[in-house]
Amino acid sequence: MPIEKIDNPNSIIGRKLNQLPGSGPEKGIQTLPGESERDIADFAGGSYLTTTVDTMVNWARSNSLWPFPFGTACCAIEFMSMVGSHYDVSRFGAEVVRFSPRQADLLLVEGTIVDKMGPVLKKIYDQMPEPRYVIAMGACATSGGFYRAYHVMQGIDEIIPVDIWVPGCPPTPDGLMYGILKLKEKIDRGEIRRS
Amino acid sequence: MSTLTRYSAIPYTGPAPTNRAPYVPKNAEPANARGEAIATTLGNAAMTQERGQDMPTFLVERARIADVLRNLAENPDLAFILPLDCFGTDYPDREERFDVVYQLYSLKNNERIRLKVRVGENDTVPTSTGVFKSFDWFEREVFDMFGVRFEGHPNMRRILCHEAFQGHALRKDYDPAQRWILTEQNVARIIPKIDPRFATEDTDFERVTLNLGPSHPATHGTLRIVVTLDGEKIIGADAEIGYLHRCFEKMSETHTYQQVIPYTDRLNYCSAIINNVGYALAVEKLLGIEAPARAQQVRLMLSEFWRIADHIVCISANLVDIGALTNYWYLMQPREEIIGLTEACSGARLLPSYVRVGGLAVDVPSNFLEQAQRLVDMLPRYIDDVEKLIWKNRIFRERVQGVAVISKEDAINFGFTGPCLRACGVPYDVRKASPYIGYETYDWDVPIAEGGDTYARFLVRFEEMRQSLRILQQAIDRGLPAGPVIVDNPYVALPPKSKVYNEMESLIYHFKLIMHGIQPPVGETYFQVEGGNGELGFYVVSDGTKNPYRVRVRPPCFPLFEAFGQMITGQTIPDAIGALGSLNIIAGELDH
Repeated sequence: MPIEKIDNPNSIIGRKLNQLPGSGPEKGIQTLPGESERDIADFAGGSYLTTTVDTMVNWARSNSLWPFPFGTACCAIEFMSMVGSHYDVSRFGAEVVRFSPRQADLLLVEGTIVDKMGPVLKKIYDQMPEPRYVIAMGACATSGGFYRAYHVMQGIDEIIPVDIWVPGCPPTPDGLMYGILKLKEKIDRGEIRRS
Repeated sequence: MSTLTRYSAIPYTGPAPTNRAPYVPKNAEPANARGEAIATTLGNAAMTQERGQDMPTFLVERARIADVLRNLAENPDLAFILPLDCFGTDYPDREERFDVVYQLYSLKNNERIRLKVRVGENDTVPTSTGVFKSFDWFEREVFDMFGVRFEGHPNMRRILCHEAFQGHALRKDYDPAQRWILTEQNVARIIPKIDPRFATEDTDFERVTLNLGPSHPATHGTLRIVVTLDGEKIIGADAEIGYLHRCFEKMSETHTYQQVIPYTDRLNYCSAIINNVGYALAVEKLLGIEAPARAQQVRLMLSEFWRIADHIVCISANLVDIGALTNYWYLMQPREEIIGLTEACSGARLLPSYVRVGGLAVDVPSNFLEQAQRLVDMLPRYIDDVEKLIWKNRIFRERVQGVAVISKEDAINFGFTGPCLRACGVPYDVRKASPYIGYETYDWDVPIAEGGDTYARFLVRFEEMRQSLRILQQAIDRGLPAGPVIVDNPYVALPPKSKVYNEMESLIYHFKLIMHGIQPPVGETYFQVEGGNGELGFYVVSDGTKNPYRVRVRPPCFPLFEAFGQMITGQTIPDAIGALGSLNIIAGELDH
């Protein structure tokens, strides 16, 4: 039976032509970490693969982040631009904005968090189901920004853990997108493992 | 490049800085004369006039302030019925260390008045909430920031700072970086007062208290409303603010005049450039300088573009709340183009910090007018399309017509300005009433609507976008005046780098300005511009040093949100959500 290698010359994954998945005696081929994404793209083309559950789950998680926009200030307006028609974050699967922490897995903290807001943010983080990821968008959420003031929290990592910090005041939509892609990479690599 | 040509070859020969000399505004004489006339009309012995101010200013006896305010409002010849602002200032060296300042506006005579009350640390001021409902929150803010107590105030508690906060932040002896941590145990529970209209009503429903926000999809940021429901009807509402109190006023006191500009950006972040312009004009008024014509026209054009962008954000977000998502995707596109134009000018998208005291940071790009023309040609189609999508839509109309009505009298008494006041039929627009940066030379109208409901506010915003386009078209047709974009005054604007590197004098000027900043003369001033959602005013006090002694921003959202509780009482939750969006509350400005 002819076996055709797919584009990646280093790939050890082969595919049998003219054969439905599961119909032959072979049980599939091992995959290398990180290759799973492209292989699954071929899945509907009449092939099958085996992989680790972790890789598969990470792939699914990283491509369907559901953000909870904790938008407090100017950064939220740039977030609006990012989900808007011009930048269109749905290209990366992160457009399903959920306003209930129970339905979200990505907490996007957009804007200044003041001390009065601290307990609220903590509560929302606690309400999110695992796995949960946090992006601190902008200078204020990262470090308090240029508000070294009596009522401003000097970075949200005072109260909750942060996975990605996005610089800028406010970050451009491209900047925030880059942050989301970086988080995607992190999840893909399996660096973030919580429960 | 204008950065090279903005200085003439001739050395600067204008006046040297006049710091520590008293500030005498250009229109001090007419203001003082008018002040005397007002005092005669009123015949009130409790007032003494302060000389040399930019508007009639009086020092009022503490115990009689509420009476004086009532007389000013009820006198038919004066009719100071629109409460603009009430705030404090701290002078720790004085025996009675606090000033409580009231500013009122007369719609009838188109004039302003400022009243001051001196208060010691242990004194109380009689409350004026009986005269102006608006001063309820303003007085709470004075208490929060300065610790001045108001006698007879119905709800004297903190408004911006949290419950665990100790001390009063805007006192001069408060350390700007001293924080107090709030934990969940300390958060106070809010139970709204039930409106007397519904207190005795006997229904079959259980009464429920429901919390909306501060993190809620429809609260656009950080607003919090606690409502008591009887079935579906709201019978009591209480708004809580301060979830974005970023200490703008304290931060201004620790920075130089130019360094305050980025902070002003972040007040109303939907139309940042208008804040820049307002602040720069206030400081320019204090300095007695005027920016070059080219800079003024660019300021005007960008202000109008951002007014459109502000209304776009308001309208599209409001429509999302009501359920019309398409408009949001559609309107974001022209807004991106406006942002693109700003980015071409300043390098920043949303918060440009483009304006400087004395002019602009850099000149506009060479194709600025073509780009502006392209936008002006493009925008009407978007506005018309969205209007077509919603105007004949019965679902939309039934959700906005007759909802969250506020009467003309109430709106004025609450200190409404901007589109929300014009939606009640009051044609007050700062650009017409006291024109600045050349608005008087353009041909445009102030749109008003009757009714004061959510629908009327929509109508006004749509029409205002069209009027802004009219102004913009005229500005483009005139072309930009040639010349520099920043004043030729080395005590205000930095010399160009080419001169700094080659001339001793410019180097010294550069060094002096960086190290010692702009030093305006001793005095106080107030300047108002028409922001995206109302009169945006800056009150600046200078003590002759490089840092402002006090910067007070008059946030237009503050009175709007104050009235919100009253507006939604008797309505249902979905109506309240639609009404909130139509007020366009911007948290950064609300909580400053």
